[in-house]
Amino acid sequence: MQASQHAGHAGHHEDDSHGHGPTGLMRWITTTNHKDIGTMYLWFSFAMFLVGGAMSLIIRAELLSPGLQYVSPEFYNQMLTLHALIMVFGAIMPAFVGFANWMIPMMIGAPDMAFARMNNWSFWLLPPAAILLTASLFVPGGAAGTGWTLYPPLSIQMGMGMDMAIFAVHILGMSSIMGSINIITTVLNMRTPGMTLMKMPLFCWTWLVTAFLLIASMPILAGAVTMLLTDRHFGTSFFNAAGGGDPVLFQHIFWFFGHPEVYIIALPAFGVVSHVIPAFSRKHLFGYTSMVYAIAAIGLISFFVWAHHMYVTGIPLTGQLYFMYATMLIAIPTGVKVFNWVTTMWRGSLSFETPMLFALGFLVLFTIGGLTGLVLAMTAVDIQLQDTYYVVAHFHYVMVAGALFSAYAGLYYWLPKWTGHMYHEGLGKLHFWLSMIFFNIAFFPQHFLGLAGMPRRIPDYAQQFADFNMISTWGSFGFGFSQLLVLVVVFKAMKGGVKAEARPWDGARGLEWTVPSPAPHHTFEDPPPFDPAEAHG
Amino acid sequence: MARNLNKNHDVSRLRRRSAGLLMAGLLGMFAGVANAAWEISLQEPVTALARRVYDLHTLLTWVIGVIFVGVFAVVAYSLVFHRKSKGHKAADFHDNTTVEIAWTIVPTLILIAIAFPATTTLVQMRDTSQPDLTIKATGYQWKWGYEYVTGDAAGVKYMSVLSTPRDQIENKAPKGEHYLLEVDRPMVVPVGKKVRMLLTASDVIHTWSVPAFAVKADAVPGFLRDTWFRAEKEGTYRGQCSELCGKDHGFMPVVVEVVSAEKYAAWVADQKKAMAAVSDDPAKVWKLDELVARGEKVYTANCAACHQPAGQGLPPAFPALDGSKIVKGPKAAHIDMVVKGKPGTAMAAFGAQLSDTDIAAVVAYERNAWTNKLGELIQPAEVKALRGK
Repeated sequence: MQASQHAGHAGHHEDDSHGHGPTGLMRWITTTNHKDIGTMYLWFSFAMFLVGGAMSLIIRAELLSPGLQYVSPEFYNQMLTLHALIMVFGAIMPAFVGFANWMIPMMIGAPDMAFARMNNWSFWLLPPAAILLTASLFVPGGAAGTGWTLYPPLSIQMGMGMDMAIFAVHILGMSSIMGSINIITTVLNMRTPGMTLMKMPLFCWTWLVTAFLLIASMPILAGAVTMLLTDRHFGTSFFNAAGGGDPVLFQHIFWFFGHPEVYIIALPAFGVVSHVIPAFSRKHLFGYTSMVYAIAAIGLISFFVWAHHMYVTGIPLTGQLYFMYATMLIAIPTGVKVFNWVTTMWRGSLSFETPMLFALGFLVLFTIGGLTGLVLAMTAVDIQLQDTYYVVAHFHYVMVAGALFSAYAGLYYWLPKWTGHMYHEGLGKLHFWLSMIFFNIAFFPQHFLGLAGMPRRIPDYAQQFADFNMISTWGSFGFGFSQLLVLVVVFKAMKGGVKAEARPWDGARGLEWTVPSPAPHHTFEDPPPFDPAEAHG
Repeated sequence: MARNLNKNHDVSRLRRRSAGLLMAGLLGMFAGVANAAWEISLQEPVTALARRVYDLHTLLTWVIGVIFVGVFAVVAYSLVFHRKSKGHKAADFHDNTTVEIAWTIVPTLILIAIAFPATTTLVQMRDTSQPDLTIKATGYQWKWGYEYVTGDAAGVKYMSVLSTPRDQIENKAPKGEHYLLEVDRPMVVPVGKKVRMLLTASDVIHTWSVPAFAVKADAVPGFLRDTWFRAEKEGTYRGQCSELCGKDHGFMPVVVEVVSAEKYAAWVADQKKAMAAVSDDPAKVWKLDELVARGEKVYTANCAACHQPAGQGLPPAFPALDGSKIVKGPKAAHIDMVVKGKPGTAMAAFGAQLSDTDIAAVVAYERNAWTNKLGELIQPAEVKALRGK
């Protein structure tokens, strides 16, 4: 629909390029093409990934040895806050929106996203938000130093950097909601005839559920930070006991957003992996139907477990028990997904190109993160581990190894379709192995630090934590610098290399592989015939 | 951290070590390291409850370890034998209802099984009834205040501040054994008694935590929370603030000294005597130099972390006092700022923390230190009069 309007003239077919649109910078500013917008999302998220990564290296450098070496405690707090906000809202979420933009229309045989102009707007909201966040470092008082959770009353004490973070969150939320509306409408209305919901690629399913989670949870975060804003400047007392409010109220609201947010990040990652593993196992995905139900179940339960982030805040015993049981419940659909992936590989015909390696890395590390999550779900044990490095290790296994590794699996998997060239397999494998090894050196020892009692978010620590911290820091530097390899791989594939066929992976299924590589600027102006052989279910 | 060795607990130590080894075995990197600095499990528990938590964690670690090994044994088999490079042809199956039901039900049963010990431990953890003594801990940016509410020491009240010298933190001096985990005045409790902790905070949320007791609870300003422990072994146990509370979050440790009943009685007697001796005569008229000397001590303990020893502050969050408009302005406004603080900033209200004499002393010090040579004297009686307003 939108694409035909864009091309504007009869006689243009799939192979025409963007023809009469503006060129140069204006092409990118005014584009309504889902592939252009997807590309911008991906580059933006990689840029933010480097900024957030540099901040994490400042944090790890300070933690190399006991004592204060490089930064002041205030600046350290600002770094850990911005690192988290930038990685969550600037890097991981936009990366998967980028994948959604590029791939969902091509997977369902649609010409573009349903609301192509809104799509442009939801991307171009991101740079101002990113500028607000990073520029807050340079205003008087610096950036917010509260951690990404922005708990009051500490966040009430902050300078104007806090207000900038609040507005950044508002803008990012608007962007996410628009993107979600777009994805839901596209997925529900624009599938090619014959592709029923239960024959739809799993990546589209994960994004459909994710988009609902975003629409339900982002307004809640926006509300929470707006209440902070009025507490800070307009004399309200939502979170101030002296005025009849309650600081813990903020935590309830924040985590009612914050827990679904975890799955907003994880579900699209599950989707990518559910494409890559079958492709390189040369088999159908095992248990497609149960995968769909598991995704829906995880999405639903994620709204009912928020206070497991708040076991030590003084919630009543009955509350602790309820949230413990509800949290344990999530292990069941998550387990189903892992078992399905494992069974998909069983008696397959496996090969180990870079996308498969990253998917396997995801599987191993995400499972570790999920299992330590089960330990943390037990309230009595969590009392010992809450706010220690065990939690830091746990969520980096879920976020970095879960979301980032799966994003890399998707990047290597679809890069031939995007650029028309095969990436350099040797460099890809090197990137995987360096990431896998250094990631574990950086984060596995943090489990031990947390068990021994090292709190998170401290710039300096007691001597008995020194050895593991040193290992962790060297690991993080190795991990950080290994990520620059991605740039090399992507630039090489953009410039040239072995020509990619329409379907470069012999086991890959899906409509996206029926169009040439690189994918023409406009695809599926007419709905393609749906071939059940391409279906995932 | 407080790794009070008890060589008698060989059996439980062995069990604990085995849990740690399992963790290490997951990666195969650190197996066999047992040096104190390489601790790979929870701290040595010293309460019955902490031991239950320890054992629960060990159990869980085994459960997740076995699940992990089981799942990835299957994966490893596929990776080795179902390779394309070995000519393995892909089978064509994509559903199996029996298997799918089985792997939904079996995890459910495992979860129900571990829910039992998890529930009973938690119920016990929350039972704060019938304590032998009650202590209220108040979190301040960045120190803990302790007030004995019931028991022999009722009425004893003091601040507990990090005692690690600045030089060690700034790497100008070698770090001591308890670097960052030492305070000027620890909390003291008798061994074997049930201690109920009441928690609150004066400014932002802090968390009071002692891993050896399996105790961690938020101190929320404006609210009281409670938790409890019964320490079974004398010794010094150390923890840290566990909720980000601003600049010096990493520098407000919790130190608890568990002593015998006799030592505790002696300590209580000392405290009561000291309280009687220290209480100043509020009507005393002070001379400038003795007041400034006392004010410097108060300043170092309460103000220097933010406003800095030389009064230059850390602008803009923590303004300079040297040359400050408020310090060089009228006395009343200056005293008011110290007593009431500045809402919405890190400037706390010190009215409840400091006596009239201490407030008079610190205000006098600030007005006469650095370049603020006002030569002014403030008497405790003036503070008292202003407080009344």
